[in-house]
Amino acid sequence: MNQYQLIKLAKRVGFYALIAVVMVYAIFPFYYAVITSLKPSSELFRVDFWLSTVDFGNYVQIFTQKSFVRAILNSIIVSLSVVFIALLLGITASYALGRVRFRGRATVMLVILGVSMFPQVAVLSGLFEVIRGLGLYNNPAGLILSYTIFTLPFTVWVLTTFMKQLPMELEEAAIMDGATPWVTITKVFLPLMWPAMATTGLLAFIAAWNEFLFALTFTLTDDQRTVPVAIALISGGSQHELPWGPIMAASVTVTVPLVILVMIFQKRIVSGLTAGAVKG
Amino acid sequence: MSTPATQSAPRAVRSPQAGYRGTKVRRQRVRAAWLFLLPMLVALALVAGWPLLRTFYFSFTDASLSDTASAAFIGVENYLVYDDGAWYGLLTDPVWWNSVWNTLYFSVVSVSLEVVFGIIVALLLNAEFKGRMLVRAAVLIPWAIPTIVSAKMWAWMLNDQFGIINHLLMAIGIIDSPIAWTASATYSMWAVIMVDVWKTIPFVALLVLAALQMLPKDCYEAAEVDGIHPVRVFFKVTLPLITPALLVAVIFRLLDALRVFDVIYVLTSNSTSTMTMSIYARQQLVEFQDVGYGSAASTLLFLIIALAVVIYLYLGRRQLGVDQ
Repeated sequence: MNQYQLIKLAKRVGFYALIAVVMVYAIFPFYYAVITSLKPSSELFRVDFWLSTVDFGNYVQIFTQKSFVRAILNSIIVSLSVVFIALLLGITASYALGRVRFRGRATVMLVILGVSMFPQVAVLSGLFEVIRGLGLYNNPAGLILSYTIFTLPFTVWVLTTFMKQLPMELEEAAIMDGATPWVTITKVFLPLMWPAMATTGLLAFIAAWNEFLFALTFTLTDDQRTVPVAIALISGGSQHELPWGPIMAASVTVTVPLVILVMIFQKRIVSGLTAGAVKG
Repeated sequence: MSTPATQSAPRAVRSPQAGYRGTKVRRQRVRAAWLFLLPMLVALALVAGWPLLRTFYFSFTDASLSDTASAAFIGVENYLVYDDGAWYGLLTDPVWWNSVWNTLYFSVVSVSLEVVFGIIVALLLNAEFKGRMLVRAAVLIPWAIPTIVSAKMWAWMLNDQFGIINHLLMAIGIIDSPIAWTASATYSMWAVIMVDVWKTIPFVALLVLAALQMLPKDCYEAAEVDGIHPVRVFFKVTLPLITPALLVAVIFRLLDALRVFDVIYVLTSNSTSTMTMSIYARQQLVEFQDVGYGSAASTLLFLIIALAVVIYLYLGRRQLGVDQ
């Protein structure tokens, strides 16, 4: 009896210890970035596990830099436009794919799935030519265009899954009343699709906000860059003297909004990810 | 004729539409469907289809970045050419084959680790305990952090002189002198894998967790009544049941890993000991301005990934349900 209780206790302790390890592993790198960013530069190279003094010098330094503020603005503009375009094209396409049976539907679905698995490098030279041809090189608009390659297939795929789950009766009633497909989408489906659109929009936003390869390749000057590129290219006097304080401050700045979004919409994001992968 | 993809929505398969097949309403619906698909198809053709064809074409030319228009057709010379008693071209370049090997090594090792740790985390999150939501939220944090930022954060923690990881390892006594994690040829690949694993465990864990939560409870009750050891239950019951979800997670991760670029670019730049196919191709394309040669590398990368996709589609037809 006593031994049994002991084993049970040991199991409980082991379980919570494991949980604690997972928590520390997940959170510590971000925590460490936050405390590094809040240190005065004189203490930067001393390893600390918590803060003794709080100093906003690094944040002041990055926010007085015009190019960084500009990069944040570019990132916001690009990400929001990408979400808007992906949802606009996605909702109409998902209606067609989810509610109408027609010849060639399976082919279109396969094409979408195939595009979502494209390696970005494979289209880099062709896309570079297209973007330069359209006069969008070194312009955030070029990024908005190129980001549809990974946001659009995903958005269409997930929205189609959601669209299929809506009851048929709604649409039948609309057809009986003589509603055109466009009216059916905007008046019947759109109000019901808001949760799904919020989820996919959020995921598209995160993907666009984080994108690096295209942003690095299709922009040239500091004032056209997005945040990931701006952070990656922050450099000091030499390769071995990176200004870690400002880099961490910039990193925390662009991550905090995302972490807050993820915390608030945790459930939605999980359902969106699993709808895109498990059901997809 | 195709049927919708999900098992969870059998309702959408029903046949009321058959009632007005061939009627004016039905024709109007099909026409509207194509009209609605058109913008998306045009967009995909512009950013995916056409650029991909151009990349294929460039790989057979001597195009340079500053002037792609005047590219001349040179056959397969970018891939392989016999000149003056020796073979040249991408297929003979040891740096290319090194980057192919690096990519495969990185993909296999990091995806394996992610799957093992992802399952462990998912099993933990599937247990009932206080503060479970809080832990799940915490586990999501690495996923939410942009790859560039996580690479920079780890670069700082792995810094050879001032990094906390060397500090800790030396304090515990595992190492005597600091390790140059991102600069040394021996450790840099492990540093990259470590960062990638940290960042993507949440994704695998969430997919596995979703599968775990759909498992029938009665098997477990039966196993418990029969007094079967939980480890045995895991391997005999849980693992086979979550295998489909696991396969999906693995293929998604594998496709991502095969085209990995940003984490490696930020952590170790163009160092050959961690150079992957994407890094190699981009270096040729952008830094050396050799669009022809770089496109040849991109094309091979595309073919390797396409092969993986075809195998996946073949193995996973039932899961996907699109080509029934």
